[in-house]
Amino acid sequence: MKKLLILSTALTGMAFAANADVTVMSWGGAYGGAQTEAHLKPFTAATGINTTMVDSENPATPIKAMVEAGNVTVDVASIEYADAIRLCDEGLLEPINVADLPAGADGTPAAEDFLAGAVTDCAVSTDIWATVYAYDTTKFSGDTVPTTAADFFDLEKFPGKRGIRKGAKAVLEFALMADGVPAAEVYATLGTPEGLDRAFAKLDTIKGEVVWWEAGAQPPQLLADGEVVMSTAYNGRIFNAAIGEGKPFEIVWDGQIYENEMYAIPKGAPNKDAAMEFIKFATSTEGLRAQAQYISYGPARKSALKEELIFKDGKTVMAPHLPTAPENMGNALESSFTFWVDKDAELNERFNAWLAAN
Amino acid sequence: MADAAQPALLTTSDGRPLKAALLAAQARAKRRAFFLVFPLLAFVIITFVLPIGQMLHRSVYNDGFSASAPRITAWFAQSEPGAVPDEAAYAALAEDFKQMKADKSAGLAGTRVNYTLPETRSLFTATARSADTLAPPYKEAFVALDPKWGDPLVWEAMRSSSSAYTADFYLISTDRERTADGSIQQVPENQRIYLYLFVKTFLLSGIITFVCLLLAFPVAHLLATLPAAKANLLMILVLLPFWTSLLVRTTSWIVLLQGQGVVNSALVSTGFLADDGRLDMMYNQTGTIIVMTHILLPFMILPLYSVMRVIPPSYARAARSLGATSWTTFRRIYLPQTLPGIGAGALLVFILAVGYYITPALVGGADGQLISNLIDFHMDKSNWSLAAALSAMLLAGVLVLYWLYDRLIGIDNLKLG
Repeated sequence: MKKLLILSTALTGMAFAANADVTVMSWGGAYGGAQTEAHLKPFTAATGINTTMVDSENPATPIKAMVEAGNVTVDVASIEYADAIRLCDEGLLEPINVADLPAGADGTPAAEDFLAGAVTDCAVSTDIWATVYAYDTTKFSGDTVPTTAADFFDLEKFPGKRGIRKGAKAVLEFALMADGVPAAEVYATLGTPEGLDRAFAKLDTIKGEVVWWEAGAQPPQLLADGEVVMSTAYNGRIFNAAIGEGKPFEIVWDGQIYENEMYAIPKGAPNKDAAMEFIKFATSTEGLRAQAQYISYGPARKSALKEELIFKDGKTVMAPHLPTAPENMGNALESSFTFWVDKDAELNERFNAWLAAN
Repeated sequence: MADAAQPALLTTSDGRPLKAALLAAQARAKRRAFFLVFPLLAFVIITFVLPIGQMLHRSVYNDGFSASAPRITAWFAQSEPGAVPDEAAYAALAEDFKQMKADKSAGLAGTRVNYTLPETRSLFTATARSADTLAPPYKEAFVALDPKWGDPLVWEAMRSSSSAYTADFYLISTDRERTADGSIQQVPENQRIYLYLFVKTFLLSGIITFVCLLLAFPVAHLLATLPAAKANLLMILVLLPFWTSLLVRTTSWIVLLQGQGVVNSALVSTGFLADDGRLDMMYNQTGTIIVMTHILLPFMILPLYSVMRVIPPSYARAARSLGATSWTTFRRIYLPQTLPGIGAGALLVFILAVGYYITPALVGGADGQLISNLIDFHMDKSNWSLAAALSAMLLAGVLVLYWLYDRLIGIDNLKLG
């Protein structure tokens, strides 16, 4: 909800943004806050270049309109991986050369230091986040706690309402993984009509018990209100509610679907050079480590994971809360951008038709 | 006298013919009047006519493919619809791909074809990556890269994308698709969504308008008949939520109506409901109707109030004194006089409801979605043409209703305040 409320102030933010030197557009909420603390403020302190944070419901959406209208007001945008690929293919982003990025703190060149796929032609990873599910520990405790993706669909063992994001992406994959499809085969299965039917059949088993959410801030709210007993969510939001605010939520990592979040420069950005400096600063080993101290999204550089990360409270060790932690990667799936740029529209039509049918 | 037969031309004091002088004076006045309304006219054109025109244009225009792949576009232009692609076609395609690789425009072309036939976007970007390896015979080279290049469906999709002006997006918005031979059919049943949502949007908006009318009528009547001091207080109660943020009102309703919310908890604690029998009033169609009715209610109350305020009470008194029952008085005297307000309120509420998307997105759940939520989805995914086509259909639907309204009630009877 907070994100949506912030949305309404976004326009006001835009007006002020005109005077700043680097304008960064991100998702607001706990996430935008982490980027402000970890990247924007230190960058200004280090270089003297002013920075402004602007919130958006989805920062990828305005880029096309801005570039086509020739009125780009944003220098850096924080966007999803699939959007970074798509916008780059459509010529809406400035190219970024991996050789220009700073080497890791241990001297490893950037090209080898970043994890595979974390630097694309037009964008650099700022973190790795995941869609997971979390449950309310006041509802389930002791021996009968959900531990697997399949448990999310087990209404007999774990009765109560479920929260799921309203949309095809990450939901269909999760349903297949819960149905026993190994992570490596999920997209191959989902590409066949039978596999797709299988995913919807799995969702059918809990359809009557689902509360559908749209904004990332909703799942912690639904859990806190007791509206649902478990919900899919972005892991950082649950972390902030559980560790940051002491809510009784527990994340189940089995069946997590992770992807890179990317910093990119829209084509024709007013302060392109300063924007590039900002990205170099923010995606350096220190920049990535700094962000991970504010929210539990994993840095995409090997050198950033070498030393232990501590949350801003000064005591919580971040490593076990990151999607990239080895113990959380047991049954994990990397979201496939090729699959989704191809089938997004088709599968969402099918998904919405399925939702509407009773 | 000879002059008398010909009447003297009336002239002004400086000798000009009166008629011409009058015309000149009127033209000046007209120019001045136009000058006064010009800012408004310019405002309406810039903020209203141009954007809507652009939206309508976008719904039939998309040059993502034709601009990126000019040679194959030319081949499509000169070959028969449904023609089997020959070696010349594959050669033209190969040339285009080499250029698309250089220009980095394969994504753009692929995105356009992908709208018509899913899973072709990656075909384009992958082929562009290995465009340099393409050599004659081209057909074999393409099929070796990906067997899909021999698929007539892919060629049909490229053909329909090859013209920048296209009806494809209207086909999609009516749940239809092209087959391999170019004819049009409905998409499989489990993918039909847009027509269903159009009908549902209009139906739900109708229900919301009706409920708004039922609730607003007595309130407006009370407002119009109470003494000024009390009416003003009541008016503030009506306007206060009107001035409150839409999101705040929507979330307040979530707090009230959700399963563990105030209303359900009160009903359970007073024993009206069992704890496992809590009412589902949120995240479904019911929630959408309740919240949207509340949010749109002032748009019904205000026009009704402005009409009711000026209805003289003497008419109703006259009817009663002539022996009419109170029901007859209401039905034959009072109600007909409020019709302009009912018409204005209903039209306002209905048109606003048809385009609502934040509220259904937040409280709609599975069955409370409206067509505007899908327009929003396609805007997010940069598929502006489809979003424009869906919006254009929504606009057409509203215009049809407006026309019907004009025929049945008459737009001149509308009274907004």
